[in-house]
Amino acid sequence: MFVLPAPSDIAEAFFQVESQRWAGHLWATVSIALQGFLLSIAISIPMAMMMVRSRFLARTLYPLLIIIQSTPVVAIAPLLIVILGTGEAPRLVITCLITFFPLVVSATTGMLATPPEMIELSRSLKAPVHKEIWQIRLPYATPYIFSGLKVAITLSIIGAVVAEFVAAEQGLGYFVQFSTSYFKIPQAFAALFFLAAVSLILFKLIQWIQKIGFAWSLTKTEL
Amino acid sequence: MRHCVEFSGISHSYEKDNGEKVLALNNVNFTIEQHEFVAVVGPSGCGKSTLLRLLSGLITPSQGTVRIYDQQVDGPREDVGIVFQKPVLLPWLNVIDNVLFPVKHKYGRITQSHREQAMALLTMTGLEAFAHHRPDELSGGMQQRVGITRALLLDPDILIMDEPFSALDALTREQMGFDLLVLWREKPKTVLFITHSISEAVLQADRVLVMSERPGTLVDNITIDLPRPRSLDTLQHPEFGYYTRVLRDYIYQTDRVAA
Ligand SMILES: Nc1ncnc2c1ncn2[C@@H]1O[C@H](COP(=O)(O)OP(=O)(O)OP(=O)(O)O)[C@@H](O)[C@H]1O
Ligand SMILES: [Mg+2]
Repeated sequence: MFVLPAPSDIAEAFFQVESQRWAGHLWATVSIALQGFLLSIAISIPMAMMMVRSRFLARTLYPLLIIIQSTPVVAIAPLLIVILGTGEAPRLVITCLITFFPLVVSATTGMLATPPEMIELSRSLKAPVHKEIWQIRLPYATPYIFSGLKVAITLSIIGAVVAEFVAAEQGLGYFVQFSTSYFKIPQAFAALFFLAAVSLILFKLIQWIQKIGFAWSLTKTEL
Repeated sequence: MRHCVEFSGISHSYEKDNGEKVLALNNVNFTIEQHEFVAVVGPSGCGKSTLLRLLSGLITPSQGTVRIYDQQVDGPREDVGIVFQKPVLLPWLNVIDNVLFPVKHKYGRITQSHREQAMALLTMTGLEAFAHHRPDELSGGMQQRVGITRALLLDPDILIMDEPFSALDALTREQMGFDLLVLWREKPKTVLFITHSISEAVLQADRVLVMSERPGTLVDNITIDLPRPRSLDTLQHPEFGYYTRVLRDYIYQTDRVAA
């Protein structure tokens, strides 16, 4: 038996829930997603820079990252709650875990794709390695990093929702689970539409930031 | 006698990733005098770019010594400017910031006098109207002009150019060649100009070094006794045909020996 609500039921459910409640759930999810996303950037970009700088670090960290990445976060989530408690901390960590791999990989790939002539230019000026990384490799990696950011921002919503499934009293993910368990299917669907919309808006936000601040990094087709 | 550039007994081998060694240059000897314009021609893969890397101090030779004014080259020097085969402009900087990049990268900050100097150079290379454009808004020839302007910013005594015009169409290429000669007359420099075009070498240089197939070594050293300033008329000069023929013969000969 399939239980698929009619669009009209979903719309009705949407208006039955007070907008204040929607706002509360929405904000809970978005704020965790965004904080986790920013934390993830703050960790992954410096990590990529260090891995580009030191082959030794790259060789030791990369396998570790792959192991972390290939462990299903959904499976670690309950453990993290036990370890870190039920506050915001485990939710942030889960979001971070789910978003940072594409960021590390895209930033590292971009920095390593820097044309050798640009590196020779830097060496011919006797610039120290940190300048080579900050002034040449990192800016060169901008378009790569933005592809990573676009993947990561949508993953950050997924991360926040996964965390809410495990432990939360707020958030759209929690609301979906809660509604489903009371068999309020149209209400759950309404929350799903919210999630999709939020993902899309955040994705567009990243695109907009790239267009405003880093227009040079867009290929002709992206403009 | 004090030479500007001196290669003595230079051999260089690269180590491939699998540990195998590739001999790129074998016992190369030559000198360049101050403010001389020397072109290097030779078949693809004979080690021309290796010469550039050695002279710019980016690599040290496996054997022999490279000297600049009697000083052994053991690292990059301030008095050497490099123009690469591709323009190698940074796409996130506009034209003037690209020209100023060496100053920023080396010293950390750009002074007003650097800015003025960059602007003056851009005027000299005919790019002042494009100072605030992004590199991808420029044609290939203009981009390479920016690359040359950047190499001139720190006013190097020695300018090394690695097939700087090879990516350009024939007309632009000829024009850029003459422009380069004008620049060189206004600001005399010692130039090492790598090319695979024989006529370009004859048209530009005081002297042409001819290299053999890999492992590259010098097979000839021809002084080009054509009047300066060189122009389109130089192409009609009877000696011009003579020099290009001689050089072509040399290169074919070495080709045949290698085959
Ligand atoms: N980093 C490297 N590792 C291994 N081999 C190299 C390396 N760089 C150059 N070689 C080899 O050394 C030889 C000389 O290279 P080089 O780039 O100096 O040639 P070239 O004369 O500039 O060639 P082209 O005309 O194609 O630019 C080539 O056969 C090349 O395969
Ligand atoms: Mg070359």
